[in-house]
Amino acid sequence: MAETKATRDGFGEALAELGSNKDIVVLDADLSESTRTHKFAQKYPERFLDMGIAEQDLVATAAGLAASGKIPFACSFAAFITGRANDQIRLNAGISKLNIKLVGSHAGLLTGEDGASHQSLEDIGLMRCIPGMTVIQPADFIEAKEATKAAAKLKGPVYLRLGRGKVPVINNENYKFELGKGATLKDGKDITIIATGALVHEALAAHEELKKQNISARIINIHTIKPIDKNIIIKAAKETKAIVTAEDHGINGGLGSIVAEILSENIPVPLERLGTNDTFGESGKPEELYKKYGFTPENIIKVVKKALKRK
Amino acid sequence: MNQSKIQELKNIAKQIRKDILEMITAAGSGHPGGSLSAADIMVALYFHKMKHNPEKPDWPDRDRFVLSKGHACPALYSCLARSGYFPVSKLKTLRKLGSCLQGHPERDRCNGIEASTGPLGQGLSFANGIALAGKLDKKDYKVYVMLGDGEVQEGNIWEAAMASSHYKLDNVIAILDHNRLQIDGEVSKVKNIEPIDEKFKAFGWHVITIDGHDFNQIIDTLEQADKIKNKPTMLIANTIKGKGVKCMENKAEWHGKAPSENELNVCLQELAQYG
Repeated sequence: MAETKATRDGFGEALAELGSNKDIVVLDADLSESTRTHKFAQKYPERFLDMGIAEQDLVATAAGLAASGKIPFACSFAAFITGRANDQIRLNAGISKLNIKLVGSHAGLLTGEDGASHQSLEDIGLMRCIPGMTVIQPADFIEAKEATKAAAKLKGPVYLRLGRGKVPVINNENYKFELGKGATLKDGKDITIIATGALVHEALAAHEELKKQNISARIINIHTIKPIDKNIIIKAAKETKAIVTAEDHGINGGLGSIVAEILSENIPVPLERLGTNDTFGESGKPEELYKKYGFTPENIIKVVKKALKRK
Repeated sequence: MNQSKIQELKNIAKQIRKDILEMITAAGSGHPGGSLSAADIMVALYFHKMKHNPEKPDWPDRDRFVLSKGHACPALYSCLARSGYFPVSKLKTLRKLGSCLQGHPERDRCNGIEASTGPLGQGLSFANGIALAGKLDKKDYKVYVMLGDGEVQEGNIWEAAMASSHYKLDNVIAILDHNRLQIDGEVSKVKNIEPIDEKFKAFGWHVITIDGHDFNQIIDTLEQADKIKNKPTMLIANTIKGKGVKCMENKAEWHGKAPSENELNVCLQELAQYG
């Protein structure tokens, strides 16, 4: 069994390492333990600004810092930063293209017991619709570390989507993160499962079971949701002729929508989308929620078979 | 204060008001009322108080001005052009396709615009961000930010007001353009903000109330603000919406309406007789 760690922990660790760059300033909205910015705060208290429970102020203050040459990381829960501060993001990260790093932890059903209000299932949709925004969702701890470093290096607005719950570590320390590039984790010729975030691990588990059933499934990890790696998706559609998407987010506006857009404009093949479908979440343990909403290898296999029938 | 300097500022303000009226008429839309009420304060800042250099708009030590009530941008654009940030001839392109003078200000569209604004309530947070960067970098620049009185109905303003005093941002000087009118009518009737001075005092600000059309008072209090340490300063500037143009003064209907060519002539005649 692989080691399990949360993506927010990878972010927190990388952020504390990045602190040697004096331009980096971290802002939080009273959630520093939860978002894991507290490690940076302990190391660099003078460059950690707690804005209190005020997400609009958090983002617009970060904008002023960015306009003054700083690299601000504005952090809160995904639901609050992308929802409550949406207008501040639209104006400053969008229209002004300021170099703001927006970090939303506690994304998706993986949040668990806190319930629907805290389980953001719309944030990818909200952020991808902002012109010029880069959207990244790492699949594990190591990818989260690398994604954080890449976000800091990129000049321009970034939304980094993180999870609360622990997920298996699928990459090793030699992993090389390439912004904007999908990663083929397993090759396959019958179907492609395109997954993001915590669902990448579930897709890998489904791959093993499908192999036993003589179904060869390609597994692609999409960590950069925008700008998305169109080529890897078109190539997969050409070669495997059926696609399944999997994400801990609503299929409307999320990865499922994005892949549907690419396929319909370039190479229409059967597509099945796994995610939440026009519904909010609820309280429960993450594993219970994943089971109820079908984010399991067993259900991915079912969805794969549905897509294969349409080939 | 040297009276010839005051007269010079008055003359500039008259020119700025003329620009505002002509720009908005040429554009066929825009916000004359709140541009005219804010004009004198912005003239005092750009032509007297602020250290800035149109030749070096990115000079790191410059004082900054954030127009949080972004709809008053004709006044800002005119101040920037008359300071030398871009040719005065550009003013006539306001709100036109391809112009750097957008309907609401956008950073980087042209030199001198520090913040994109328009959606109300954000400018004070943005100013705090610049001020915090100044403190981190040990720079002594000031950040001036102009708020509308209707604008303080936005919750973001109070989040920011709390942050300015919490972080002891004595390099933030806010000016409230208190013209008492908003689109739907009198601020006190739409949603009362009074007592606005007491509110900011309770939030930890140093508050001074002034006549926002009296250059002596404006300049004196801006200088006083330099001496206030460990807290932000708020100048509550009592102003008249449409100031300087009789037919527009104190009329909410001139919040967001352009004069016709005929109305412009009347406005300019009235302005000629003003102060």
